[in-house]
Amino acid sequence: MLTLNEVNEKYFDVLKEIGNIGAGNATTAIANMLGLRIDMSVPEVAFLPVEELGGAIGAEDEIIVGIMLGVEADIDGSMMFLMDMQSAHHVVNMLMMRDPDYSEPFNEMDLSAIKEVGNIIAGSYLSALSGLTNLTILPSVPFVAVDMAAAILSVPAVQFGIFGDNALMINTEFSDDLGIKGHFILMPEEDSYEKILTALGVSI
Amino acid sequence: MGQMIKVGMADLKICKAPDALTTIGLGSCIGIAIYDPSTKISGLAHIMLPDSTAIRNNSNIAKFADTGIQKLYDDMIKAGANKARMVAKIAGGAKMFEMPGASTSINVGDRNAEASRQKLKQLGIKIIAEDCGLNYGRTVELYSETGEYYIKAVGKELKII
Repeated sequence: MLTLNEVNEKYFDVLKEIGNIGAGNATTAIANMLGLRIDMSVPEVAFLPVEELGGAIGAEDEIIVGIMLGVEADIDGSMMFLMDMQSAHHVVNMLMMRDPDYSEPFNEMDLSAIKEVGNIIAGSYLSALSGLTNLTILPSVPFVAVDMAAAILSVPAVQFGIFGDNALMINTEFSDDLGIKGHFILMPEEDSYEKILTALGVSI
Repeated sequence: MGQMIKVGMADLKICKAPDALTTIGLGSCIGIAIYDPSTKISGLAHIMLPDSTAIRNNSNIAKFADTGIQKLYDDMIKAGANKARMVAKIAGGAKMFEMPGASTSINVGDRNAEASRQKLKQLGIKIIAEDCGLNYGRTVELYSETGEYYIKAVGKELKII
């Protein structure tokens, strides 16, 4: 059985490509929703020890927003989209047509809006993965948490910790106009890894 | 006051008075604090998963409740802690996302807490306080001078157990 510790360079390139296509799809979807033209930067794929995941996107005690979705059909697992508070407020203010500087704690409506953005971004990413692998991959409804980065990231850390010692994260940045910085984490269940890699033509 | 020593994820450390131990942002993980009031030798482990025997890649013993707590106990005994006086306090084990029907690994918090209780029981260490479960992250600090275990959470008052 392949472990994440043994993934090769080729898999990284493929993930980066999926990240690019997915982020491209997401950009279009968000642009339509907000009525703005936006660009995004080339994503970077980070491979890091599980123990470092908690501090991988900023301070461990920084409050961030995490949106988590289950993934099912041909592969099983879950995925997460993470944003810093500034990005989350920015998106919510735009969707709610509020003053850009508004930064009161999120209410129920705001959290729904955040879930919707997470849904769109995750869906775009999954359709890119689905397109490249010819696998049917369906997202569940999204769940949101606003808490310390280390606490939210402990969820993927545990998922990766079950297979081995390393975690994979795809970093994405949208244009300054939109002001969203985000991170994807895809967490397939153990037997789904092989399916994805085989479908992508990566030799195991 | 002494130094504040940081314990990472899947990590464990011990200290003596007047130092203190901290771990930041426990989610579904558990922070197991063991304290010996007679020597003030203290230990803190930040475990991620309940059972090392259920996992193939188990080289880091601090990652699991069973092996992590054992190592913490051994280190404290080696440092001169008095076995009969040791007590424990545990915190963490939250369910960060309320996903119904999610795989058991996502909702591992409860199992982490249960495995920690079992291992401590097996070692004969009494749990005198705990703050586990619910749906939010916790930062903990263990003060070896007093044995107080501080629990900090976003938007909540400081809790001392």
